[in-house]
Amino acid sequence: MSAQQLKTTFGAIARFETTAELISAVEKVRAAGYTRYDAYTPFPIHGLDHAKGDKRSILPGFVLVGGMTGTATAVLLCGLTSAVDYPIIVAGKPYFSIEAFVPIMFELTILFAAFTALFGMLILNRLPQFYHPVFNNPTFHTRAADDGYFLVVEASDPLFDPTATLDFLAELGGRDLDLVEE
Amino acid sequence: MSSASVGRGAEPATFVPQPDGGYSRPVLVEGHHRIKDITTLVAGVIEKPTPRWWLPALSVSAFVMSILVTMIVYLISTGVGVWGVNQPVSWGFAIVNFVFWIGIGHAGTLISAILFIFRQKWRTSINRAAEAMTLFAVICAGIFPGVHVGRFWAVWFMAPLPNANAIWPNFRSALLWDVFAVSTYFTVSVIFWYVGLIPDLATMRDRSTGWARKLYGFFALGWRGSGKLWKNYEAAYVLLACLSTPLVLSVHTVVSFDFATSVIPGWHTTIFPPYFVAGAIFGGFAMVCTLLVPTRSLFPELKDLITVNHLENMAKIMLATGMMVGYAYAMEAFIAWYGANSYERYTFYNRSFGPYWWAYWIMWACNVISPQFFWFKRFRRNPWFIWWITIFINIGMWFERFVIVLTLHRDFLPSSWGEYWPTWVDGLSLFGSFGLFFFLYLLFIKYVPVIAIAEVKSIMPEADPHHHGHGHGHGYESHADPGHDSSEPRREGHA
Repeated sequence: MSAQQLKTTFGAIARFETTAELISAVEKVRAAGYTRYDAYTPFPIHGLDHAKGDKRSILPGFVLVGGMTGTATAVLLCGLTSAVDYPIIVAGKPYFSIEAFVPIMFELTILFAAFTALFGMLILNRLPQFYHPVFNNPTFHTRAADDGYFLVVEASDPLFDPTATLDFLAELGGRDLDLVEE
Repeated sequence: MSSASVGRGAEPATFVPQPDGGYSRPVLVEGHHRIKDITTLVAGVIEKPTPRWWLPALSVSAFVMSILVTMIVYLISTGVGVWGVNQPVSWGFAIVNFVFWIGIGHAGTLISAILFIFRQKWRTSINRAAEAMTLFAVICAGIFPGVHVGRFWAVWFMAPLPNANAIWPNFRSALLWDVFAVSTYFTVSVIFWYVGLIPDLATMRDRSTGWARKLYGFFALGWRGSGKLWKNYEAAYVLLACLSTPLVLSVHTVVSFDFATSVIPGWHTTIFPPYFVAGAIFGGFAMVCTLLVPTRSLFPELKDLITVNHLENMAKIMLATGMMVGYAYAMEAFIAWYGANSYERYTFYNRSFGPYWWAYWIMWACNVISPQFFWFKRFRRNPWFIWWITIFINIGMWFERFVIVLTLHRDFLPSSWGEYWPTWVDGLSLFGSFGLFFFLYLLFIKYVPVIAIAEVKSIMPEADPHHHGHGHGHGYESHADPGHDSSEPRREGHA
């Protein structure tokens, strides 16, 4: 591919043969000072986040808050209906008999936490996102969800240069090199 | 390379001795497959021309399902009198079927969540189908308590919604806990299943054309597998596994509370929650095998993924949980005698030798005796033998719930004793629920990747960045024939 600059370039893409090659390429791209790049793999690869220097996902914090919201909702739901809105003695127990509400508290904790895990993941990942420039690349389109390990250095990276970046990726062992159109 | 590690039907080779005296990891995927083959194999089930048996099988299950629909319409339009329930047995087949189906669901969640947390990598080949089975079983389960309320149009009273009477559901009732437990279980199972499906739907999207591409693409949400996406995705997946683990244990616990929080002899025991959970896992694994043994025979290409090792593992779990269930039966009987409560004692005497003695002994024979074959490797590794045993276990687990529910027929006062016999509507409703179950399962295997493609890839040796390891000091690994890399067993680290 001649590295002529396309009108709007999203970035430079390269495919790697093995997961080990991809990880090593990611490490070197990072070492070269690039900051805006990402690896695309058909399955999660152990050690990729480490190679990229990523921090841990912040999702667990969201889920903790979501779960606690569920617990609080259950206490309020059971308490307000059983002790405030229509207090009625059942089986000689106090109106606010929290022991009997434990199963509901547990279930709503799990329910709210699970919804938070789903929607939190989608929000953090900006999904659904039906259009993304990488899909314009024909190799990516056929192999990214199959057996292709891709590395894309984005054009918004300050170090990005269409020719130099592609050459660098080729040097790292990248194949099917190309520029991705926006 | 050890030839024992590959080839289906060969001697198991769960752990392959290595030249350096160590042991490899168990072989998870058989045959000389590379990552690409996994996509082709699993997507092939959907992409290949529909097998000739599929449409007839779907039609038969649709017909059986229509029997269930007819019975429900007849029940709702006529009244619960069409069932055999009456005093003193006011809980009949509906509750038996409910507990039976909900229990079956448990194996799916155990495989998908608990085995995930325990890093049992073999689960990846079977978790998708098992989770799907969970959803379908819970759908079957949910129907019965729904229609069993009698006045079906008042079923929304179970939900805490404001109504004209200004009253609320009784949150101190085990039956209401059950509503919350089962609906939460179903919702969380759907979420967990769907999150697991997203990368595979993206795979199907990229392989299909036309409307199928649009449909898979819509549900794949534009998944592109970037490192950033995987990071949050994996966090979500492990969190959902951690949430589902206590949830699955709680569901049958709460189901058992329906019985255990009453004062009926034979029900009012503390052994019920663990006993129900063990039984649920036992019955659920039986149903997983009942489905997977024919599935892998009908799609022989899947035999490298759903291997005999998987079936053997499940047979071991059935043996273990079957013994737990047997222990519970024995302990219930022992406590009835040792507790010296005459009503409790009579309940167990009556179960064993009363009008329903045959149900009690069918339960013992199917659930405790039949899994004992799994002590022998020869039986554990014979798929169709396992299948026949699981049929017995399915029957036995249904009878277990029948025995428990039928405890109602003789309680404290002999003057209020009675008997319960199901009507044809009861029988056909149970029969019809199997139609619904198989109908949904057949649709699933035709249109959804039946094996978690991305997850299976991630456990293959080729996926491990250290597989082609440089300088790990394992001569065995670096001198391996490159053509056979993907079948090579993962090495147990001993550095």
